[in-house]
Amino acid sequence: MPQSGEVDFADLARPGPGGAMQLELMVPEIHCAGCIARIESTLRAHPAVTAARVNMSSKRVTLSWLADQATANEFAARIEALGFSIQPVEAGGSSEDHDKARGRELLSAMAIAGFAAGNIMLLSVSVWSGAPDATRALFHWLSALIAIPAVAYAGRPFFRSAWAALKARSLNMDMPISLAVVLACGMSFYETARGGQHTYFDAAVMLLFFLLVGRYLDHQMRARAHSALSQLKSLTAKSALVVQPGGTRLNTPIADITTGMTVFVGPDTQVPVDGVILSGSSDIDVSAMTGESIPQPVFEGATVHEGTINLTGELDIQVSASYGDTLLASIVAMMEQAETTKARYVRLADIAARIYAPMVHGIAALTFFGWLWASNGDWHLALVTAIAVLIITCPCALGLAVPVVQTVATGVLFRNGILLKDGAALERLAQVDTVVFDKTGTLTLGRPQLVPPAVMDIDQLAIAAGLALHSNHPLSRAITALAAQRNIPAAPIDEVVEQPGAGLHGSYRNTPVRLGSRTWCTSEPAKCHAPPHQLEICLKVGNAKVHTFRFEDELRSDAKDVVADLQRRNLPVALVSGDRPHAVAHVARTLGIANHLAPWSTEAKASYVTGLNNSGRKVLMVGDGLNDAPALASAHASMAPSSATDAGRTAADLVFLGDRLTPILIAHDVAKRARRLVMQNFSLALGYNLIAVPLAVCGYASPLVAAVAMSSSSLLVTANALRLRLHAGPAGKLSNTGPAAAVAPHDTSRSAA
Amino acid sequence: MTNLLLLVPIALLLGAIGLAAFIWALRSGQFEDLDGAAMRILNDDED
Repeated sequence: MPQSGEVDFADLARPGPGGAMQLELMVPEIHCAGCIARIESTLRAHPAVTAARVNMSSKRVTLSWLADQATANEFAARIEALGFSIQPVEAGGSSEDHDKARGRELLSAMAIAGFAAGNIMLLSVSVWSGAPDATRALFHWLSALIAIPAVAYAGRPFFRSAWAALKARSLNMDMPISLAVVLACGMSFYETARGGQHTYFDAAVMLLFFLLVGRYLDHQMRARAHSALSQLKSLTAKSALVVQPGGTRLNTPIADITTGMTVFVGPDTQVPVDGVILSGSSDIDVSAMTGESIPQPVFEGATVHEGTINLTGELDIQVSASYGDTLLASIVAMMEQAETTKARYVRLADIAARIYAPMVHGIAALTFFGWLWASNGDWHLALVTAIAVLIITCPCALGLAVPVVQTVATGVLFRNGILLKDGAALERLAQVDTVVFDKTGTLTLGRPQLVPPAVMDIDQLAIAAGLALHSNHPLSRAITALAAQRNIPAAPIDEVVEQPGAGLHGSYRNTPVRLGSRTWCTSEPAKCHAPPHQLEICLKVGNAKVHTFRFEDELRSDAKDVVADLQRRNLPVALVSGDRPHAVAHVARTLGIANHLAPWSTEAKASYVTGLNNSGRKVLMVGDGLNDAPALASAHASMAPSSATDAGRTAADLVFLGDRLTPILIAHDVAKRARRLVMQNFSLALGYNLIAVPLAVCGYASPLVAAVAMSSSSLLVTANALRLRLHAGPAGKLSNTGPAAAVAPHDTSRSAA
Repeated sequence: MTNLLLLVPIALLLGAIGLAAFIWALRSGQFEDLDGAAMRILNDDED
């Protein structure tokens, strides 16, 4: 999509330190060392540039230059001259900066806590193995020296969140954590000063370390989800060519376009506005909006919508809806509406925390008062025991139970070519009991394939390919793709003219040739000879008989197996499409889906899913188009192929690569296994507490017991989560192609087309 | 005891150096672009 050059990059530059200007650009095509070197050296060659740096992970270029010596657009043009396309980065990157800062804070807190825990543990081990009095006192003092600053620094994320919860008069998981750590340190310091025997510095710091590991993993998952979203958002920044009264065309940001303006749209570009065609004719690919797989011929007076793709002709369009009022904008609004209802889902970890926090406080308080009463007012003994209970019950294992499993699951999914946007989605996917599919682009590949006839006339195909080379129409591309695949060179055709909405004509060895609709070739009234789910295109060479090519939107190779497998898992499957009913019925019959509904609008799809939700079903929606986006957003869980529209990928929880549907089964398997492992981890944590808490309440939780219990339960939970990796067997068998193999056929067919 | 007075600070110091190195790397952005770092080694005209 040609978009750069239409944006004024000067608006995106910000003043940096020392009178310099700074600019951040996204260059999605950076993929190798050569790209980095070319971009950086080109930019640095400019005399005004003070720094230019490519970040490969985020596909961004950051550069700063002396403000008075160059403009932002100059640099953008330089990068484009190298053959890269540029996307402006949205100004609202502050949430991303915030994410990054928080990630860094957690990581340094983890490093400090890890360092402190390791060193204090060494000292503690010598104390436990019976260091004599003076040495013990020295080691306690050393531990205090390390632990107190470490806790003050590494505990900040927990203290802050506990304080915020306290101010809001509620309890969260960080409350007992903060209390346990602070009390343990305070009490241990008192013991150290008194020359006492037991200190809990090691337990306090180790607790922080394990919890920070969990927090950091969780944060990484969320941050990745955020950045995926913001990348998609920045791709939608667009502008349009407005036709001025004098006939010149001016690049105008989409936000400045108002009703009544005339906009020019060239072939093979996205229509940027809603409007009526003033002049020109073309074929419009509306598959993203409606699911209809055949491009629609359009002429003067026809209405076109933002987000559809103009394929063949040039169009002048009179704008009928200003920015924000278009059909596309209303779909995006529906999507956002649906997202807010989904935000009500409560994650497993949060449910656990809600039960856990009050219980821990209750048991600790009971222990304190119980011992106070039993020991006739020995508050020191009562306090020490209560703190031991707090430390022992602290949710080390619980804090790791969910994030470790989800991190491992994300890794397993990624290796199978599935990108997960956030951890909660994995929990929801495990619960689904109904699957709703879209047709075009989801069950099918969304691009028409030539149905090879039993006998193929090579000359005819060569002539057709020669004509088709001159057109962007999907059917033309399918012909050239097949010719290339069979190594049939395209015949040289002269004087080719494309009549948008009808077909092509030209001359082959001085014989007139035509390729297009039946009417275009024979001038007999339109009468389709193909079965209803197929499309046809005719070739006429001179006065010879018309030759017909037939096309079909091919099903994904494993669609039938996947649908059957889902039905075997007792998941009812429904097919909801915006395409023609007979085409949908044909696909449903082939795949064995009884419940098929067509032609349904965007709103109807979304309300169908919402209706199922309201009747208690948990729907997995699989779709790709813009018209599926609201349904994807309202479903309990959703998946989209990577070939989906931006809106589809943004709305879906999971995105899978490749031309196969098997990733749906893999993702479902992994989600279910992950849920099982999370539950096992919760029971492990619970089991640990059932043993450790009575010990602590009775006053037997020495620092040694606390340290052993805590680290062993955390390790057990982590090891259990790693089983997801070992267990990837059945899913691996199902896929038998990694992400690389799954992507490859997709890519080659694209480049051939 | 004298051994300890010498060895414990040395051990702590060594640990602290490692920690400081890690925190320095984190702060100075060494972990910002892990994919790019792997690629840059192939470019020989880096300045």
